[in-house]
Amino acid sequence: MNFSEAANTGLFFQLAPLLVFLPLTGMLINMIFGGKMSEKAVGTVASLASGSAFVVSVLLAYSLNAVHGELHTIPFAEWIHIGTLQLDWTFRVDSLSTVMMLVVSGVGTLIHIYAIGYMHEDVRFKDDIKRFRRFFVFLNLFIAMMMILVSGDSYLMLFVGWEGVGLCSFLLIGFWYDFDTLGQKSTANAEAGKKAFIANRVGDFGFLLAIFTTFWHFGSLQFDSVFEAATAHPDPVVISAITLFMLIGVTGKSAQVPLYIWLPDAMAGPTPVSALIHAATMVTAGVYLVVRSAPLYSLVHSASYIVAMIGAVTALFAATIAVGQYDIKKVLAYSTISQLGFMVAAVGMGAYVAGIFHLATHAFFKALLFLSAGSIILGMERGHHHLAHGHGDHDDADAHHDEEVFDPGDMRNMGNLRKQMPITFWLYMAGTLALAGIFPFAGFWSKDEILLDAKLHAEHFPGVYWLLSLAAFMTAFYMGRQIWMVFFGKERTEVAKHAEESPPVMTVPLMVLAVLAVFGGALNLPFDGFHNLGHWLEYTIGHVEGLPLDLGVAGISTVLALLAIFFSWLLYGKNPLKEGQPDPLKKPLGFLFTGMENKWFVDEGYKALVITPFEKLAKFLSIDLDWNFWHDWFHDSVLYAGFKWLAKFLSEPVDMGIINAIADKLAEWTQRSSESLRRMQNGFVRSYALSVLLGVVTILGYLLFK
Amino acid sequence: MVPVNYYIALSAILFIIGAMGVLVRRNALIIFMSVELMLNAANVALVAFSSANNSLDGQIFVFFIMTVAAAEVAVGLALIVAIFRSKNSINVDEINMLKG
Repeated sequence: MNFSEAANTGLFFQLAPLLVFLPLTGMLINMIFGGKMSEKAVGTVASLASGSAFVVSVLLAYSLNAVHGELHTIPFAEWIHIGTLQLDWTFRVDSLSTVMMLVVSGVGTLIHIYAIGYMHEDVRFKDDIKRFRRFFVFLNLFIAMMMILVSGDSYLMLFVGWEGVGLCSFLLIGFWYDFDTLGQKSTANAEAGKKAFIANRVGDFGFLLAIFTTFWHFGSLQFDSVFEAATAHPDPVVISAITLFMLIGVTGKSAQVPLYIWLPDAMAGPTPVSALIHAATMVTAGVYLVVRSAPLYSLVHSASYIVAMIGAVTALFAATIAVGQYDIKKVLAYSTISQLGFMVAAVGMGAYVAGIFHLATHAFFKALLFLSAGSIILGMERGHHHLAHGHGDHDDADAHHDEEVFDPGDMRNMGNLRKQMPITFWLYMAGTLALAGIFPFAGFWSKDEILLDAKLHAEHFPGVYWLLSLAAFMTAFYMGRQIWMVFFGKERTEVAKHAEESPPVMTVPLMVLAVLAVFGGALNLPFDGFHNLGHWLEYTIGHVEGLPLDLGVAGISTVLALLAIFFSWLLYGKNPLKEGQPDPLKKPLGFLFTGMENKWFVDEGYKALVITPFEKLAKFLSIDLDWNFWHDWFHDSVLYAGFKWLAKFLSEPVDMGIINAIADKLAEWTQRSSESLRRMQNGFVRSYALSVLLGVVTILGYLLFK
Repeated sequence: MVPVNYYIALSAILFIIGAMGVLVRRNALIIFMSVELMLNAANVALVAFSSANNSLDGQIFVFFIMTVAAAEVAVGLALIVAIFRSKNSINVDEINMLKG
């Protein structure tokens, strides 16, 4: 590493590779020595690895600010050089990638610290202490992969990170691969991991096609050369194809319609994973990809419109499902899908600043919400444990298996938790108000900017504004419903009465996140001179008009949010849910609520439309085609018989009849001739002498008479 | 002076007698003597040509042949004695251990 540059200029661009290698170092330390280290040491190493990546990100952002956002690329290693294909591992430091680096490593570090406390208890409840270390190994690997993704200078490096985070997501969703979400022995979690992996593969395939098309048409995968070539000679057909293929990748990774189905199941992973990977960072990779490819999307309006519509439809669709969920994490999962829809809609409309702004604030408050939900779930688990084992034996996990099934994440089991877990309650409130978009929380500013963009672009992107406003209303409603159900009313179970607050190692990172969730809006306030993020991103995406505060849009959205919270109070707060009582929305909404409750039967639809036919096809291919046709008929009959015939032909007529016969005849002839020749050797010296004489006479005769 | 043809004729007659002796007789000693006869037939021819052509080359050859013949007799007689000791016979027809 070249430190002399830092000494000379006070800039730190050469440190960029450390973004990847510091987390990798942490991972290796824990992998090799972690077995002999205490849990605290393992967690500290992992957190330090992530935290030092955050320090590097800050240094990079500082250096970038010092050079007024001028793009810096740091070549790190040569990778593939074939003909015109020149692919190197180059780090790209520009204002967009530094924002992502800061979010990933910053939120990531807080979640690492939180996870020390969370996993300490989780591994004991699940009775497998050894997995503590594995969790942090995966988590550090994830940070490294995410850094490769956001710092890559070409579509290929981005794809490397893209696949890497997909792998980590798979590993961490299936972290408790031999359990289900209720802690029972089952393969459910492993299947959730598989589902996420397969749904993502569909998206990745689309992204790969986009990469191939890019290389085929532009002859390069490096961002700048692709964008230069694209803007110099725009070919709408090719660029539409590239952007739409890319959109498939985005719908996979960022959980948009129609590939979002994996994200709710991904909640099978431990809660820090849900917060880090499936809310704050990895799922925003699709948004990042669209912003990164902004020069391409801005060239084809129809593709942008499709992106925006997919985002808006996802935002509303997922929000309706969130209303009908009972699992605290499932609500947040659908909320995440919905919020990702906001971001995708924003970047689809070309409102890149608003999209990235919402990405950042969402990372703060959604990580906060997920982690608080994790705190609630652990609090419930503690209460459950407390009841099951009496006082003072929290770490005794032996008698754990023969208890009745209890779902610590089901909101119907909670109630009035604000009394038992006051810190978590206030933290959760901060996250909720931010997510619902209440002034002056972070979510208010970022969501309003998206809504304002949608309103201003309504001419080119009709319908987006209404879909998003409706989604915002639903957002406030389901969050209100959750708050009333979880924290207010009466305890609906004994367990909820005995829930316990979490230790500081978990709550302190939450407080930091809560501060960010409250004040995160300061990143980009809609007043002159406060468009900080907008100006910062201008270095990368060109001139951005700083939007002023539109009182109409802000007023409507605030009124909608307050109205939604009021409705939720009417339904869930005024008359709290009793034990065993059905959801009060069930009666008035009827079949609509059944649809929400059952996720609009999308999983069932996929099963009927895709999985069952696919299984039938697979069965046909395996049993009929592979086994009966290829194996039984082709191999056993055709190949086997044909080979047997050929072998017989070669062995009998060819080998025995010709080759062996030649050898036999040769031996026979040699034997026979030797039989007759040996008679000449008769032992009579005189006959030899006669032969000599005759020979001499013959030769002399020849010489004389020739 | 006797013409050289006579010498050649004598030499030829002696050689043929020697050759027939080798082929016909069974006693190794006699065969040996016949071989000597053939060598000396050659000597006669060489000496005759030498004097006819007034050149000493042929006579020098004769000396060589005599020396070789003497050495050959020494080795040959030793062999015959050795064979006689082991087989009690010098009949060449009985010495056929190498027949195929």
